[in-house]
Amino acid sequence: MQRLAARTRYGLSEVIRHDVVIVGGGAAGLRAAIAAVEASPNISVAMVSKVYPMRSHTVSAEGGAAAVAREDDSFEMHGYDTVKGSDFLGDQDVIQYFVEEAPKELTLMDHWGCPWSRNEDGSVATRAFGGMSTKRTWYAADKVGFHMLHTLFQHSMRFDRIVRYDEQFVTKLLVDGGAIRGVVALDVREGVVRTILGRAVILATGGAGKIFPFTTNGNIKTGDGMSLAYREGVALKDMEFVQYHPTGLPGTGILITEATRGEGGYVVNSDGERFLVTRDYGVGTKAELGPRDMISRAIVMEIEAGRGFKGPYGEYVHLDLTHLGEQKISTRLPMVRELAKTYIGVDPVVQPIPIRPVVHYMMGGVDTDIDGATVIPGLYAAGEVACVSLNGANRLGSNSLTECLVFGARAGTKAVEFAAGSNDGSEAVLRRMGEEEAARIEALRGKKKGGEKLARIRRELNQTMESGCGVYREQASMDETVRSVARLKGRYADLALEDTSSVFNTELVVALELGNMLDVAEALAVSAAHRKESRGAHTRKDFQTRDDQNYLYHTICHFDPAGPRLGKKAVTLGTWEPEERKY
Amino acid sequence: MSDQDRKKFVITRFDPDRDDEPRKQTYEVPVEPYWKVLDALNFIKDEIDPTLSHRWSCRMAVCGSCGMLVNGKPSLTCKDALSDYGDTIEVEPLSNFPVIRDLVIDLDGFMEKLHGVRPWIIRAKQRAAEEGTYRQSPEELEQFRQFSMCINCMLCYAACPVVANEPAFIGPAAIALGHRYNLDSRDEGNAERNGIFRGEGTVFSCSYANECSEVCPKHVDPAAAVNQAKINAVIDWAASFVVPRGGGE
Repeated sequence: MQRLAARTRYGLSEVIRHDVVIVGGGAAGLRAAIAAVEASPNISVAMVSKVYPMRSHTVSAEGGAAAVAREDDSFEMHGYDTVKGSDFLGDQDVIQYFVEEAPKELTLMDHWGCPWSRNEDGSVATRAFGGMSTKRTWYAADKVGFHMLHTLFQHSMRFDRIVRYDEQFVTKLLVDGGAIRGVVALDVREGVVRTILGRAVILATGGAGKIFPFTTNGNIKTGDGMSLAYREGVALKDMEFVQYHPTGLPGTGILITEATRGEGGYVVNSDGERFLVTRDYGVGTKAELGPRDMISRAIVMEIEAGRGFKGPYGEYVHLDLTHLGEQKISTRLPMVRELAKTYIGVDPVVQPIPIRPVVHYMMGGVDTDIDGATVIPGLYAAGEVACVSLNGANRLGSNSLTECLVFGARAGTKAVEFAAGSNDGSEAVLRRMGEEEAARIEALRGKKKGGEKLARIRRELNQTMESGCGVYREQASMDETVRSVARLKGRYADLALEDTSSVFNTELVVALELGNMLDVAEALAVSAAHRKESRGAHTRKDFQTRDDQNYLYHTICHFDPAGPRLGKKAVTLGTWEPEERKY
Repeated sequence: MSDQDRKKFVITRFDPDRDDEPRKQTYEVPVEPYWKVLDALNFIKDEIDPTLSHRWSCRMAVCGSCGMLVNGKPSLTCKDALSDYGDTIEVEPLSNFPVIRDLVIDLDGFMEKLHGVRPWIIRAKQRAAEEGTYRQSPEELEQFRQFSMCINCMLCYAACPVVANEPAFIGPAAIALGHRYNLDSRDEGNAERNGIFRGEGTVFSCSYANECSEVCPKHVDPAAAVNQAKINAVIDWAASFVVPRGGGE
């Protein structure tokens, strides 16, 4: 690492050079960083994250990570489950690569210290999960994301060549001469804008749940990486597919893991009926272990039919674990017990937990190929920010933690290969681009001109996303959301800010994040409004069936100042031809 | 809104761009019955004063971002219910840390301390992925599991009387995490970490006040880790005179 200029405050930016720049320090980013330094003995990696890595949202994942581990399982079974779960929109070459790499990645997690729960003989334990045909979800009680994140982060600390830039918020990708050249980042703490150059850049910034009002996602999930790539001409793919997790706590949206059902929990309506067993919601004998899209729809239908419970934070149904007993709940699901007690005042050992569907995960994201590569040479993406087309129209629970590892590692390796054959670009040009970005940020800080309040625009964005792009969708409300988001983008230009400080100015960060959220919301709403069929998590009241004739393709959404442009990308089929998705 | 639905928040403010000293600012907030302390701070940020700076993310007590002093006690603000407090609530940045701004503390010192205990699996020879997972019995897992629960929220450092007097003290969380690897059957780094623990400003600086374990929101019991680490560091040192010491146990 060389420092090319003395540090200055906003306006003039410090320039630093590494070989590979990784944006985001969650599971995908950390795995990519480790893969990169292992791929070459000389390479230096910048890990630039807007939070300290151990605060990344991977930490909130609970239930587990999927990989074939048992004698009664096979890559074919994991592959077919994933393809079917995706409602045949997953790319089958990607899925095949994923299932074959998955066991190796979770084994490495073991070698690096992840405290996997164990069988009596010392082998790694696996549990049942929704849409998975056998027990293949590895777990560490119900704190799997937490343990994986801390394991990866602590393991990453052994490599001096991973240089962290903590609490530095990337606001722009530097693209020049037809290739990626680095990023511009605001050092939140020092108020400095840095130009961090690298021959390859990997986006690993996670999802964008915060564009919705009711989400399991943490405050930091504002779609930053999606917006960064979108603004540079990379398409966002399959953005209409938003996963609602069936079991969130009413009010807060805090996640209650699917492992509750994997361990045998029941979902029950106000008549005390296990409606996933007694009524036909397409989950067949899987009942509570059906895929998330189907169970979320079933819960909404039950509530609409008047069989929900009414509470201070809206209607809900029950997740009943009482029959599992205290021993099992305390050992397998200790976090669920703690969360239910702390955040809704219910001890699941003796009372059912109130739950309702909640926005959880973006199947869509930055369009990449199987290497995590985007159309910009040297720019990669992995994890939830990316759409490598593993998850198609609906992700299976416990595939995403593994996805972060498999495709984080691949992106890390490929980025190093790319960097070796690329060049540094023109430093003078990049320095100027960095300075322009620094000036843009400076103009926004404490900007007095304008009449719009940050919190108000964000609230209205949340409302319109929920009303147009919820569990059930129809044309008129989606079109209205498209128009509302466009209006909000206009109003965003008229923001008034109050905080003029250069030090830890979180109002400035929130304003920049809101800009990203608006980009992602725009792509999402436009993509959703165009797809006139029901597939996976995209469920329409006005087009209730899947239409392979006309819609068996990935939606591609390009940024354009005049409004987003849509296109199509072929789905890679293979072993499995599309068939009716019924369990 | 009735009177009992409002609470007064006395918040420490400090902006190095304009303040020489921290100051107190009071906000009146209409509160909901189910709110945590963090919900009130977010309300202030969104609706009253957007210049307030605090860290938060997961709001489910696992990311460790939102530790602060609430009425003088280290608290994870997304976990502590407002209903447990009176009508006036004082919120300050965690003690024993440099303050960057308002309620935001400087964590870099901790990051160095954490790095210092070698919080990763140390082996004479790295195992290859093809060799499969280690065998680790549920009992072996149980040896260290509790100490692996640390979310790095820094409440224990704010509570620790030794950190208060001796800022270089490596502190409860870092020791618990180093000790966690020492207890892991997959690890062979005991000798190296025990050497570190025998150094200045580590386990033997602990006065065993137990404050760290009392404030830990995840029941990690760092005080127990520090105590065990002391004993192991001594045994390891004594044993080094008797038998040549290889890797781990």
